[in-house]
Amino acid sequence: MSVILQTTDICKNFHDPVTVEILHNISFTVQKGEFVSIMGKSGCGKSTLLYILSTMDTDYTGQLIIDGESMENRKEKELARIRNKKIGFVFQFHYLLNEFTVLKNVMLPALRLGEFSEAEIVDKAMKKLDILGIKELAEKKANQLSGGQKQRVAIARSLINDPIIIMGDEPTGNLDKKNSQIVFDTFSQLSKEFQQTLLIVTHDPAFAEGTQRIIEMEDGKIVKQ
Amino acid sequence: MKTKLLIEIAITMLRARLKQTLVAALGVTFGITMFIALLSFMNGLNELLDGLVLNRTPHVRLYNEIEPNKNQAVYLSEDYKHNYNFISSIKAGNSRQAIYNSNRIVKNLEQDPRVLGISRKVATQVFFNDGAVDIAGFMNGIEVAQEIRFYKFSDYVTDGNPMDIKNLSNSIILGKPLAHKLLANLGDVIQITTVEGERFPLKVVGFYESGLADFDKTQSFAAITTVQKILGESDSYVTDIQVKLLDLKQAPAVAKEYASIFETNAEDIQTANAQFETGTRIRNIISYAVGITLLIVAGFGIYNILNMMIYEKMDTIAILKATGFAGSDVKRIFIFISLSIGFFGCLVGLICGNGLTRIINHIPFHPTAIPTIKTFPVSYNPLFYVIAIFFSFLTTYFAGWFPAQKASKVDPVIIIRGK
Repeated sequence: MSVILQTTDICKNFHDPVTVEILHNISFTVQKGEFVSIMGKSGCGKSTLLYILSTMDTDYTGQLIIDGESMENRKEKELARIRNKKIGFVFQFHYLLNEFTVLKNVMLPALRLGEFSEAEIVDKAMKKLDILGIKELAEKKANQLSGGQKQRVAIARSLINDPIIIMGDEPTGNLDKKNSQIVFDTFSQLSKEFQQTLLIVTHDPAFAEGTQRIIEMEDGKIVKQ
Repeated sequence: MKTKLLIEIAITMLRARLKQTLVAALGVTFGITMFIALLSFMNGLNELLDGLVLNRTPHVRLYNEIEPNKNQAVYLSEDYKHNYNFISSIKAGNSRQAIYNSNRIVKNLEQDPRVLGISRKVATQVFFNDGAVDIAGFMNGIEVAQEIRFYKFSDYVTDGNPMDIKNLSNSIILGKPLAHKLLANLGDVIQITTVEGERFPLKVVGFYESGLADFDKTQSFAAITTVQKILGESDSYVTDIQVKLLDLKQAPAVAKEYASIFETNAEDIQTANAQFETGTRIRNIISYAVGITLLIVAGFGIYNILNMMIYEKMDTIAILKATGFAGSDVKRIFIFISLSIGFFGCLVGLICGNGLTRIINHIPFHPTAIPTIKTFPVSYNPLFYVIAIFFSFLTTYFAGWFPAQKASKVDPVIIIRGK
C-alpha cells in the first residue's frame, strides 16, 4: 500500500492578540484507499488541520507530503494546481455557483485543469453524476436543488479530476438524518467500489463509526488513532 | 481553453448583476459621449477662429519696412572701426514702401519648389470722401484670382462678385461697416483721395466682411492695377509679396532665407500670429482636462461596483480558489469584467458622442461677423475617438485592477470557515 498523505510535526499558532497554539505536533499518514475520519469536539483544531492538509492554509510549521511531494515553499500557483488535480474537497456548505447548471458546476475544476477536451469533460461529469445517482439533475440550476442533492453535486464536483484524495469538512453537518445517510453511503460506495481515499472531518459519532479508521483529536493534539 | 473558461465565468457574474453593470457602463458611456462632443465642438470653434486669421495670412510676407539704415556711414569708416560710435537722431532714409526689383523676386519665387503660390499686393492709405468728411482707411490692390485661390477671399465677400474688381475698371470692394458709413450701395460711385491729394471716383461692386469689425471699418479692396494707376506708379510697384508655402512649418526658416537673399523684410506666419496659437493650446488643455476628468469619474463608478461585486461574490471566489483556481485567474476574471464594461460603455459612448456632435453641428449659429457660418462649427477628427478609446480602456483597467487585486488575495479558508 502506498502513502497518499503524510504529516510530520505540524504545528500552528494564532498570534492575534496573544499566541495561542492551535495544533501541536500532528503526525499521521493516510494510505491509499483508506476511509479515515477525524473526530473531535468543536474548537479542537480538526478543521484547521484539514485546511492545512488541503494546501489552502500555508501558515504552519512542520512537513506535509502529498503523493510523495513536499508542500514546503511552493508558490500559490503551484498549490492551486495541486488542489485542482490531486485533491477533491467537500465542504459543510455546498458552495455551488448558483448561476451555473449542475453539469457546469461539476465541470468547472476539470475545465480549469484543461487536460481534456470539453466533450470529454462533459462525458466524465455525466459519469460522476451517474455514480451519485443524480444524472437527471444535470441541466438544472444549482439553486433549484434540495440540500441533499446539492451536497451530492458538490461530491461529484470533488471527483471530477479523479483526485488521489477527497477531503471533507463536516460534509453532513448541515443535513438532516436521511440526507446524511445518503452522503455517508455515497462515501462508503466510493471507498469500496473505487478504492477512493477519503479523509473526513466530522463530529458525528455515527458517521465516524462507519469509517475504517478514526483519528481523535483534543486541544490540537492527536489523542488516539 | 483556460481563457475561454475565465471569460465565461466573468460573463456569468456580469449577467448576475446586470443592472449595476449597465449603470457602470452608462458612466463610461456618458464620459466618452461628453469627451467626444466637447472636443469636437471646442476644436470646431478653434479651427474657425484660427481660420479667421490663418486663412488670410500669408505664410511668408515680403515687404519693405521704413526704418533707419542698419549700415550707417560711420561703421564703414576704417578710422572709427574700433570705437564705440553713438549716433543721435537717426532718420529712416528710404521713403519708399515698395519692394525693390519686385518682378525679379516674383520670378525667383516662382521657381522655388517649396512655394505653393505667390500673390502681389499694393497697400496704401486713402481717404474716403463722405460729403465734407474724409474717412481715413486703407486700400489694398490685390491679384484677385490668387487671393481667392490661396486666401479664400471670396468667402469674405458677402455681396457682389469678387472677380468684378478685376473685370470692371475702377471698381472697389468696401468693408461692410465702411460702406455703411459712406451710405454706399452696390453700383454706387464713391470718391477717394490719395495721400498725394489726387481724387478718384470708384464704383462699389461688393462688400467685404472678415469677422473682425474694427478691421473692416477701414479696409477696401481693388485690383492691383487700379491701385497702381491711382498712385501713378508702374506695374512693378508692389508693397507686399505674399507667399503661401506647401508646408506651413517651414515658414520661419524660409522667411529668414528670403530676407537675406532679397534684402527685404520677411515675416513668417508663426511670428505674426503667435498669440493665436497660445489661445488654441489653452482651449485644448481645458477641453482635454474636462473630458479626462469625466472618464476618471466613470472609472470610480466601475471601481465601486466591482468592489461591491467582490463582496457579493466572496463565496464564488472562495470556491473557485478551493477547487484549484489560482489568484491570478481570479484577478483576470475581474479585470475582464471591468474591461468589458469599459468596452461596451466606450462603444456606445463613441456612437452617442458622434450623434451629439452631429446635433451640435445642426444648431443654427449666425455670427454677424462670420457670414459663411450658418451652424455651430465642429471637428470630426478621428484622433478624438482614438484618444477616447485609449482613455476609457486605461481608466477601466485601473478601476478593475485594484478590486481584482483584492479579489485575488481573498483567503478561501476565512470565507469557507466563516459560514
